[in-house]
Amino acid sequence: MKIVVCVKQVPDSWAEKKLNPADNTLDRDAADAVVNELDEYAIEEALQIQERMGGSDECPVTVLTVGPDKAIESVRKGLQMGANDGVHVVDDALHGSDALATSAVLAAAIDRLAPDLVLMGSESTDARMSVVPAMLAERTGRPQLTFAGKVDIADGVITVQRATDYGYDVVEAALPALVSVVEKINEPRYPSFKGIMAAKKKPVETLTLADLGVEPTAVGLSGAWSSVQEFAARPPRAAGTVVTDEGDGGTKAAEFLAAEKFI
Amino acid sequence: MSEVLVLVEHADGDVKKVTFELLTLARSLGEPAAVAIGDVSDDLVASLTAGGADTVYVAAGPEFGQHVVAPKVSALQSALAASSASGVLVPATAEGKEIAARLAVRTGSGLITDAVGVSAGFVAEQSVFGGSTLVQSAVTTGTPIIAVRPNSVAAEANAGAGRRVDLDVTITDADRAAKVTERVAQEKAGRPELTEAAIVVSGGRGVGSPEGFAVVESLADALGAAVGASRAATDAGWYPHQFQVGQTGKTVSPQLYIANGISGAIQHRAGMQTSKTIVAVNKDAEAPIFDLVDFGVVGDLHVVLPQLTDEVTRRKG
Ligand SMILES: Cc1cc2nc3c(=O)[nH]c(=O)nc-3n(C[C@H](O)[C@H](O)[C@H](O)COP(=O)(O)OP(=O)(O)OC[C@H]3O[C@@H](n4cnc5c(N)ncnc54)[C@H](O)[C@@H]3O)c2cc1C
Ligand SMILES: Nc1ncnc2c1ncn2[C@@H]1O[C@H](COP(=O)(O)O)[C@@H](O)[C@H]1O
Repeated sequence: MKIVVCVKQVPDSWAEKKLNPADNTLDRDAADAVVNELDEYAIEEALQIQERMGGSDECPVTVLTVGPDKAIESVRKGLQMGANDGVHVVDDALHGSDALATSAVLAAAIDRLAPDLVLMGSESTDARMSVVPAMLAERTGRPQLTFAGKVDIADGVITVQRATDYGYDVVEAALPALVSVVEKINEPRYPSFKGIMAAKKKPVETLTLADLGVEPTAVGLSGAWSSVQEFAARPPRAAGTVVTDEGDGGTKAAEFLAAEKFI
Repeated sequence: MSEVLVLVEHADGDVKKVTFELLTLARSLGEPAAVAIGDVSDDLVASLTAGGADTVYVAAGPEFGQHVVAPKVSALQSALAASSASGVLVPATAEGKEIAARLAVRTGSGLITDAVGVSAGFVAEQSVFGGSTLVQSAVTTGTPIIAVRPNSVAAEANAGAGRRVDLDVTITDADRAAKVTERVAQEKAGRPELTEAAIVVSGGRGVGSPEGFAVVESLADALGAAVGASRAATDAGWYPHQFQVGQTGKTVSPQLYIANGISGAIQHRAGMQTSKTIVAVNKDAEAPIFDLVDFGVVGDLHVVLPQLTDEVTRRKG
């Protein structure tokens, strides 16, 4: 069995994010970059499946990212945690790609790598769209097992608990399949010193769009199927009233709610 | 005028509120046409008509719910083919966005998610980066598909013509790839759904314990509100994970959000900052949540909330 984990490099969510006025794309230089937090859970899940399947030889784990030069740091993070090798798709034409284009590039890479299982995060902290996994399932024709809070694999059948508003659905499919994970699935490990040293020697393949047979015009800003027309800082909220409770805080809050017609 | 498709969200025979909001929005963009999938009764069609649908496209049958997302995509795709609509609006819920995502791939159309408004020409307004920036976007290829957040517009009851069109949808083997074998309900019964609720009452680390959530729930019930939680509270196991509000939880945009014992970290704000009115109770006067509030009480939530709940109950008579 072979697993590919899709990871995205994102600006640190603690940092203030800004759009670049030159082309209305995310100003990625303005913030520190980290691995999308949920993708660490996907890597952890891959490593746990690998352990259950009998180790690297039985079940190699590849980390895949699509992004600028710097995005290789996210691949390294996965290798430090314990993944076996990496694939980095990098191409100048990718700048400004939307989710549709990103999913097309990921699909080409997945078709080439042909894993039994694709693992992803269910949402990236910068785009916050939660659509790439569904798009990738559509494009690669793999069963969509998204928002998984638990994954079990036995005899070529994969079963997940898919988080829903009311609880979860139990969903079943035959491999090869695609899974996105939610954060309650596991607790990602920290890379050990040994892991950090070992990662330096692990192979990372670099691919261009040409290698994947993706047309440069189909991606990037020019290939995007939607565009930002304008943006503006939201006007700051008018300062509200803050009272200190002196035995009547609840009553005062009720008066506010009544004045605003909530009660 | 051309049709604007609205993906209907419904459960247990009832149309969800967000659907009426989207039908109202569709009216400002064209002719509202609802697309109802799955267990569709005559009552459901009648309620969509009352809510403004000029046409109701119906893809009825149990199979649509027995597989993950893909059969519903096929249904929406055939409605699109039958209608030559100028745009598609879906609720920006987890499933709504997945359906939209796959439809966008299948039809070669652009997609915009998490819109908080849509104006003429399908220009979508999004509030990004924790509400600090407002963005206007438009789809440039194909039929615009826009996922709109619940509570973005007020639903107006303005009955439509309600012409019913039954769709003949082919569900392919590929659509059946991921099979739902069981549904497990964990939701605490009797409260509105978190992302749809007009009022959300949330608790954070300041609540102190699982039992502590009783004061949060009592206030929620007095107000007819949904209960939310910060990640500190869900991580501690005090409240179920599906009620988490924030960057890695649900995004809510209610009329009123009441944050209790929540400091207001940027990742929490990302999930609630577009709420219309914000109230907070926190014992630390310096908590960043107070920067957002319309009304705040500096005090112990275990003292303030019971008093507030009593007062709400008294005033509601
Ligand atoms: C990648 C990432 C994603 C994240 N996603 C989310 C997310 O989706 N949602 C989320 O909420 N967080 C998220 N977080 C976590 C976030 O950074 C904060 O840690 C979290 O929101 C803090 O929760 P809190 O406000 O309940 O707790 P704290 O920050 O500990 O605040 C507790 C507050 O309660 C007050 N308090 C204590 N006792 C009382 C009392 N008796 N009465 C009144 N007030 C009291 C305190 O003064 C304090 O302000 C994420 C973090 C990361 C790194
Ligand atoms: N550029 C990318 N490279 C690799 N994986 C990605 C990329 N963008 C998104 N993903 C994957 O898709 C998931 C959901 O992202 P999104 O739809 O942007 O919220 C992420 O958690 C990643 O697993």
